Amino acid sequence: MLIRRAPDLTDNDVTDPGLYLRRREFIGAAAGLGLLAAAGTASARGLTYGPGFSTTEKPTPRKDITGYNNFYEFGVNKEDPAENAGSLKTRPWTVRVDGACEKPATFAIDDLIKGNKLEERIYRMRCVEGWSMVIPWVGFPLKDLIAAVRPTSKAKFVAFETLMRPSEMPGQRWDVLQWPYREGLRIDEATHPLAILAVGLYGDVLPNQNGAPLRLVVPWKYGFKGIKSIVRISLVETMPATAWNLSAPREYGFYSNVNPAVDHPRWSQATERRIGEFRRRETLPFNGYGQYVADLYRGMDLRANF
Amino acid sequence: MWRNPLSRSATAPPGGEHLARHNPPPLGEVARRAGGGARKAKKRPSKLQDNLIYAAVWLACFAPLVWLAWRVFSDDLGANPIEALIRQIGVWGLRLLLVGLAITPAARILNKPRLLRFRRTVGLFAFSYICLHLLTYIGVDLFFDWRQLVKDILKRPFITLGMLGFTLLVPLAVTSTNGMVRRLGRATWQRLHWLVYLIVPLGVAHYYLLVKADHRPPLVYAAIVAVLMGWRVWDAWGRAKSKA
Repeated sequence: MLIRRAPDLTDNDVTDPGLYLRRREFIGAAAGLGLLAAAGTASARGLTYGPGFSTTEKPTPRKDITGYNNFYEFGVNKEDPAENAGSLKTRPWTVRVDGACEKPATFAIDDLIKGNKLEERIYRMRCVEGWSMVIPWVGFPLKDLIAAVRPTSKAKFVAFETLMRPSEMPGQRWDVLQWPYREGLRIDEATHPLAILAVGLYGDVLPNQNGAPLRLVVPWKYGFKGIKSIVRISLVETMPATAWNLSAPREYGFYSNVNPAVDHPRWSQATERRIGEFRRRETLPFNGYGQYVADLYRGMDLRANF
Repeated sequence: MWRNPLSRSATAPPGGEHLARHNPPPLGEVARRAGGGARKAKKRPSKLQDNLIYAAVWLACFAPLVWLAWRVFSDDLGANPIEALIRQIGVWGLRLLLVGLAITPAARILNKPRLLRFRRTVGLFAFSYICLHLLTYIGVDLFFDWRQLVKDILKRPFITLGMLGFTLLVPLAVTSTNGMVRRLGRATWQRLHWLVYLIVPLGVAHYYLLVKADHRPPLVYAAIVAVLMGWRVWDAWGRAKSKA
């Protein structure tokens, strides 16, 4: 197992995750890396963002990240979203955040982009179908948005909903899934520093096929948990329904943490093919983010809660 | 009652000896009935014509493979070419199995009994595609990880069914030669080859279980299989009734 560890997982001395997540800033400052300093100030391509917690693995080429997508609202084939998502109008766009909170609010997407400190987060993405990518997202921590609406003690889970607009999302014209697409997280998962809302990719504004204008990224879970084109986020008391769990409850659980020990009837979860590589590689528990997130599940049977 | 399959039969009209090599065993009553009318009504194609038709069938069976090879070399199979290639080869194997199943009804309905000689060609091509499908999965996807292969067969139902179908297909390919027909005897050979009515549904089930949510493509194949099998039931029922 040790030799399979990604380079970003070798530094396990840091105990405070807040400090740890900013390590690259310290390293960057100490080493005087012009690259990071430049990224820290501005991007020439629309988004202003700073460096954030990232893997040092080589990012998957942009054409693969933007050309090989599961986004059933635009068709069931991997090439469909790139082909059909152009019809989606992402402005004007608002996100309603409500439920068990003191200050429910509706945010305009541009206010979210301007009002939050954007960071680049280069994360591994493991699809439940046995392939993976390394994706340079630009986004902000989900916990910041949740904090802004002041959750009450009844906020035990967070429910997410995708836009429902069959006129622009041709895949919604038949019920391959129960629309709108829904996802959910437990509140402690949602407020974990690794969970982000992404608004950009490779420094650019997020392409439609990748979930524009706002999508969830939870790198230790299978990719389908990363709900796209979000219009509503609700703080709720009970575990919310999720799209793939409604479709096939025995195959897709609520948690859906990347777990090589839990088999799927269709795909081997022990290994994965990194897009662009020839040989399969071993899949790591929690997609290699175990040292940051495993504590969330202490005492839970992850085979039963798959 | 059975004729020697190598003797001149309904599927090989008089003077068609040059075709004996490709001539599959007759379909018994089915072929004879179809052939009865055809022999009088139709003019026999020339040897050249016949070879051209045969070459066209071969080329048609080869074409998907050439096309796929071209797509591999021109990097046209998307971000996950290995998975796309395995899937495509498998789908073509299934399509050829269905073409093979369609030949007998087509020969009867179109009154062209000589179509029957292509059953072996198409069947062996289907087998070749399925072999290649399996080899690509084992050799490229799993990179000869035999332990993983065993796990896959035991734990992933679609692979279990696929392997079962392939295993049953092997004896059919092995006994596809005229020599094997002779050795087994026509009736035994025929009964053995009825296995195809189990293998093709297994192939469709293999595809169905592999699909994540959009089951339309495998259901289209299932519908075609249902029609091809239904025709046989209907046809056998009709013949039983006319005998009575």
